[in-house]
Amino acid sequence: MEIQHVNVKLFVSDAEDVDLGAVIPVFHTWIQDQGDGELLLDVADYRHVHSGPGVVLIGHQGNYSLDNTGGRLGVRYNRKTVLEGTNQDRLVQATKAALAACRRLESEPRLEGKIQFNGHEIEVVVNDRLLAPNKPETRQAADLEFHTFFTALFGDAQYVLSYPQDVRSLFSIRAKTAQTFDTQALLNNLNSTVASTRGR
Amino acid sequence: MKASNTLWKETLSGKLPEDLAREIDIYETDLGLKKQGKIDERLMAETRLRRGVYGQRYDNGQRHDGKKVQEFTYPSGRLTKGPNTLWDAPGMQRIKIPAGGLNAGQLETLAELAEEYSDGIAHITTRQDVQLHYVHIDDTPTLMRRLAAAKITTREACGNTVRNVTACPFAGICRDEVFDVTPYARALSRFLLGHPDCQSFGRKFKPSFSGCAQHACGLANMHDLGLVGVTRTENGKEVRGFATYVGGGLGTVPYQAKLFHPFLSPQELLPIAQAIARVFARLGEKKNRNRARIKFLIHDLGTEKFKELVWEERRTLPYDPRWTEYLQTANELKEEPLRPPGETPSTDSEAFERWHATNVRPQRQEGYSTVTVALPLGDITADQLRALADIVRGFTRETIRTTVEQNFVIRWVSNRDLIDVHEALNAAGLGEPGAGTIVDIVTCPGTDTCKLGISSSRGLAAELHNRLAETSFNMDAAVQSLHIKISGCFNSCGQHHVADLGFYGVSRKMAGYAVPHFQVVLGGEWENNAGSYGLPVMAVPSKNIPQVVTRLAERYVANRKNGETFKDFVKRTGKVEIQGLLEDLTRLSADDKDRSHFSDWGDPREYSLGDLGVGECAGEVVSAIEFDLAAAEREVFEAQVDLEKGNFQRAARTAYLAMVHAAKALVKLELQDVPDDPDRVIGEFTARFYDTQKFFDSFAGGKFAQYLFAAHASSNQPATPDSARYLIDEAQLFIDASHACYNRMGSVSAA
Repeated sequence: MEIQHVNVKLFVSDAEDVDLGAVIPVFHTWIQDQGDGELLLDVADYRHVHSGPGVVLIGHQGNYSLDNTGGRLGVRYNRKTVLEGTNQDRLVQATKAALAACRRLESEPRLEGKIQFNGHEIEVVVNDRLLAPNKPETRQAADLEFHTFFTALFGDAQYVLSYPQDVRSLFSIRAKTAQTFDTQALLNNLNSTVASTRGR
Repeated sequence: MKASNTLWKETLSGKLPEDLAREIDIYETDLGLKKQGKIDERLMAETRLRRGVYGQRYDNGQRHDGKKVQEFTYPSGRLTKGPNTLWDAPGMQRIKIPAGGLNAGQLETLAELAEEYSDGIAHITTRQDVQLHYVHIDDTPTLMRRLAAAKITTREACGNTVRNVTACPFAGICRDEVFDVTPYARALSRFLLGHPDCQSFGRKFKPSFSGCAQHACGLANMHDLGLVGVTRTENGKEVRGFATYVGGGLGTVPYQAKLFHPFLSPQELLPIAQAIARVFARLGEKKNRNRARIKFLIHDLGTEKFKELVWEERRTLPYDPRWTEYLQTANELKEEPLRPPGETPSTDSEAFERWHATNVRPQRQEGYSTVTVALPLGDITADQLRALADIVRGFTRETIRTTVEQNFVIRWVSNRDLIDVHEALNAAGLGEPGAGTIVDIVTCPGTDTCKLGISSSRGLAAELHNRLAETSFNMDAAVQSLHIKISGCFNSCGQHHVADLGFYGVSRKMAGYAVPHFQVVLGGEWENNAGSYGLPVMAVPSKNIPQVVTRLAERYVANRKNGETFKDFVKRTGKVEIQGLLEDLTRLSADDKDRSHFSDWGDPREYSLGDLGVGECAGEVVSAIEFDLAAAEREVFEAQVDLEKGNFQRAARTAYLAMVHAAKALVKLELQDVPDDPDRVIGEFTARFYDTQKFFDSFAGGKFAQYLFAAHASSNQPATPDSARYLIDEAQLFIDASHACYNRMGSVSAA
C-alpha cells in the first residue's frame, strides 16, 4: 500500500482563546520570508465557515493551516505534491512539517502564546481516496506502517488509536497519548529515528 | 500532481458516459502536447477554459507580498498553460450545474473533490455553478473523470461558449410561477452543449429561465437569452410559451434585455436559440473582446433588425428532431416528495422561528416547504456537503438546487419535518437564518482569487455580514429585506448593478498611497427579474463602507414614505442629498497614525496594484492630477443628476466632457500646457497613453480608452435616455481607469 498526500493535524489546547484572524498576518510574513524547500503562495481566509479549514497558507508542495475541521482546532499540514521515498519517509516529512509550523506559531510574539499544541493528540489523514479508501482493509494493510511510525514519534509512550466512523471520510487515524509532549520533543524523536535509520 | 491520477483513469475506464470520456481524453492529450510545446499558448488557454479550467490570481508567477513583488519559482519553471499563466500556479475549476440541480451522490462527489484537489471548500457562484479553487492543472483530467462518473460535466463552463443554463430554483414548487421551466432549461442545456453552431462566438453566451415575471430568481433581464414562462389561451385551451428577451447583461456597462418575442412556443424554443447562436457567431464582434457580447451586436443592429436576421436564420435551419423530442417527456419529469405532507409542529424555539421566517418558503403543494440553506460568501465545506447529502436523502427524494444568491434550496420538505431539518442543518453549521435578507450578501471572489479583482469583495462581505448579523433582527423590516451585492471590480460578477446597495472595487490614490475603494451603486432592482440597474454615486474607501451601509439604512428608515422601496427612496432623495450624506466618508481618518485604510479587509498587506512609492517630484504633480480627476468625477455626478431630471442631452454632453477632462489630466503628467480643445486632448492622449499602451490595464487592455474614443466620435450626435445612461457608466469607468493608470504612473515615477 502506497501512502501519499499525508495530512498531519496537531490539536491545540484552549482553542476557544485562539483568534484565527491573528494568524493571517503571521502567514503573510511566512510568505515574505519563504521557507526552506517549500514555495508559499497565498493566504485563504475561511473563518466565516463553520468547522472549516480556518485560515490556510497555500503552498505549492503543501498547505499549512489553522484548521477547524470537525470542530477541533489544530495546526495542519497538507502535503499536496507526490513525495519520493518510503511510506515512513512521507509520514515523517508531513509530521515534521506540521510540528515545525506549530512550533513557529507557538513562539510567534504576535500570537501571544495562545496557540499551543495540546501535547497528546495527533491526526494523520491520507488525502487520496483511491490510494487509501476509508475501510477496514486499509486499516489492516496500514496497521504495521502506522504502529512503526507512532512508535518512532512517541517512543515508549502508550497511545490509543481511533478511526472516523463515516466511511465517506478520508482515511485517517487519530493517536492519543497519556503522556504529554511538546513539539520540540516530538521533532527530536523523529530526527533521532531518521538519524538512527541512516546510521544503519 | 496527485499520485493516483493514472490509477483513477484505469479505475473509471469504461464507466463514464462515452462522449464525456472522449472529451476528457482529448483534453488530457492536449495538456501533454502543450508540455511538449506543440500547442499554441492562446489555443491552450481556450482549450482549458472550455473545460472550466480558469486561471487564478498570481498565476503569472508574481505576487506583491506587502513589501515587494515576489517571483515564484515553480518546479515546472516557465512552462505555461496560456499566455503569461504558469503551469504550476494554482487555478480554479468551474463545474456546470444546469438549473442548479444536484442529487445527494453528486454532493458527495463534490465533497471528495474539494478535499482531494482543492482546499476543502466548494464555492457556489452567482450563476448556480460550483467552483473549486487552488487546483493544479495536472489534476484536472482526473477531477473531470470523477465528475463525469457522477454525471456532471465541466464542458463549456468558461470560454467563449454557452455557459451554464440557469433557472429559478423554485421552479415547479413556487406559488407564483406560471409553469415549471425546469424541463425546458435542461433541454436547452443538453441541446446547446457542444453544439457546432456555438463553437465560434466572440464571447460567452448566458441563458436563463424564469417561471414568472415578477420575482428575481431567473434574472431574465440581465441575460444574453432570458426566457420567462407565460401562458395564453388558444382554442379554449391554455398553452405554454416563453416571453423571450435578448441582449441583457451586466459587465462593465449593464444593458437591459430587449423583448425578442412575447410568446415563443416550446416547439420553437430550441430552434430559435440555435438561430440566435448562429447569428451571434456569424455577426458578433470577434477582434474587440470589449464589444463582443451579443448585447453590443443587438445594440448596433437595432432590436428589430436583429429579430429579422434571427427569423431569417430560423427559416433556413435544417430540421433537427431534438427540437421537440424532449417535449414528449417534459411533463413526466415531475419531482415527488419522500415524506407525507403535514403541518409545522409548534415550538417555542426562538432560533427556529427566526430561521423559519427567512429560510422557509411554503410550496404551492400543500404541506410542503422549500428550505434555503444560507451559505456565508457562497462557501461550503466537504463535511457540510456530506451532511447536506444525508439531509436531502433523509427528508426528500434528493431534491436540492443551487441558487444565484450563492445558496442551496432543499425542495419538498414536509412541514412536519421542518424542526428536524433545522436541527440537522444546525448540527452541520448550516442552520443560519437570514436567507434573502440584508445579511445574505452576494459577492464574487474579488482579490482573494480573481485575477481582475481590485478590492476585497469577500473581505468586505464578511465584515458586513458579521456586523449586520448581530443586529439584523432588531432592524426595521424594510432594511432587513434590502439586498447587498459586491463585486471586486467593474466586471459585475457580484451583480452589484441589481442590488439595493451595490459596491464594486476601484482604487484611488490618497496621501501618496493607493487606497482600496468601492464605488457605491444605489437603487438597482433585484425583483422583476433584475428589473432595473443602479447608478454609481461615489467612491468610498473600503474601510468606510460599513458606515455607508449604516447611514443609508438609517436615512431610509427615517425618511421612507408610504412603504416606498429603497429604489424609489433613492430616486426621490436624489444623488445630491445622498452624496452630502456620505461626503465625509470619502476622506481618510484624521488620525495620521491610523494606517488601516491602506490595507484591505482581511488582508494585512499594504494595498497595492503593483509596486508603489512616493517621490517628492511625483508628489508635486500629484495634486494637480488628482484635482483634475476629481473634477472629472464631479462632472459624471452632475451628468447623473441631469439624467435623473430627464435632461439626457445635457447628461450625455457632461459625461463626455468628464471623460475629456480625465484624459486631459493624464496628458498633463507629460505635457503641462495641454490645450482645451477636445480634438487636441484626444490626439495627445492617443499618442501618449493609448498608442504607447501606458493606459492599458493588464487584463482590460485599452477597453476604457475605447469608450472615450467612441464618445468623442459621437459627441455631436443626439442622445437617447439609454445612450446617455450608457455614456455615464462608461465615463465613470474611464475615470476609474484613469485613476488606476495614474497610480501606475506614480509608481513608475518613484522607481
